[in-house]
Amino acid sequence: MMNALVVDDSAVIRKITRRILENLSFHVDEAADGVEASRVCYEDMPDIIFLDWNMPEMNGLEFLKDLRNMPFGGEPKVIFVTTENDIARIRCAIEAGADEYIMKPFNEHIIREKLAQIGLPVD
Amino acid sequence: MSEFLGESEAQKVRSFDALRAYLRRESGLILDADKRYLVESRLSPIIRRESINGLSDLVRILELNQAPRLAQEVVQAMTINETYFFRDRLPFDTLRNEILPELIRNRAAQKSLRIWCAAASTGQEPYSIALIMEEMASRMPGWRVDIIGTDLSEAALARAKEGLYSQFEVQRGLSTPQLLRYFNQIRDMWQLKENVRSRVKYRHMNLLGDYGMLGNFDVIFCRNVLIYFDAAKKSEVLNKMTRTLAPDGAIFLGAAESVIGLDTKLVPHPQHRGVLVRNTHAQTLTKKQA
Repeated sequence: MMNALVVDDSAVIRKITRRILENLSFHVDEAADGVEASRVCYEDMPDIIFLDWNMPEMNGLEFLKDLRNMPFGGEPKVIFVTTENDIARIRCAIEAGADEYIMKPFNEHIIREKLAQIGLPVD
Repeated sequence: MSEFLGESEAQKVRSFDALRAYLRRESGLILDADKRYLVESRLSPIIRRESINGLSDLVRILELNQAPRLAQEVVQAMTINETYFFRDRLPFDTLRNEILPELIRNRAAQKSLRIWCAAASTGQEPYSIALIMEEMASRMPGWRVDIIGTDLSEAALARAKEGLYSQFEVQRGLSTPQLLRYFNQIRDMWQLKENVRSRVKYRHMNLLGDYGMLGNFDVIFCRNVLIYFDAAKKSEVLNKMTRTLAPDGAIFLGAAESVIGLDTKLVPHPQHRGVLVRNTHAQTLTKKQA
């Protein structure tokens, strides 16, 4: 079973994403911001991270840059899931090491598509 | 849909059955009994605009054969496919990795390929092929690749030409690097760049009509189109397509489609699911394999 970490300051979004991912047979952990996500990653690096952009404490982009410098931090696939839909932001996220980018609103179909894009197809 | 609320359940079923019979008679379109939800979502805008009193009245108007434009619009509304970039993935992988390399070897002298999307709809399928060609362009210097998209719906083709898609549409099937490389953002919409759009030419066409103007093809995408026709019309369409197909060409069908029970010279490709080739070419491929 793959371990997923959902990082979002909205409990509702975390719950929706968790439901979709559990339905796709992922084990899911949650974090409400970048600081909490870093703690989770230091303890047990997940296989994939679904990452919001705007969060208190440490935003998604800052977290991603930190993550890629952590031991084993290059391993997880990172998918941004955010309302930020400006092309410059998207480019910035990919250049910082994100593997994919989902613009909210999203659904299970889009998550499946993006997982397939990064080589993690789900049946 | 409010336009249908005034009708009883029994009346709705009767109207739907009458519409199915009409479509089959006039256009050869087969509409399954479980597609009633499509009628409501696709015909409501027309019913509202024409101030018609529900589906039963619409069908009555159609049956009088006095409103050809309305009839054409209803047929078009009922045949617009659900479509998205690189739909089902496998056919595009097969095209990129198997069919195109073989055709490129076979056409090394002519340096020319022609590809036809027979149900181009709003453009996602021909543009997916255009993106594959764009990615292969550096390996094909001096080649000319024509991609023709045809469809019954003029409204769909107008959208296809524009190449303008919503955020939701571009997230279905395209990777983010592809989005960044091949699209311009226009407010909340995304438009394919001119260099990709110009790879595809569109034509309004009924598959039951004449194909003479189209020329010949090396690859034909005819995915999720035949499902709308009965067996005789399916055979007719496939036979006409076969006449435009190069001897070593390939026709791609939808994931759930086959030629079983149809009168055609096409057979499944010996190695690739969902791909049809001429009988004679299949024999050559099988010999090569052995």
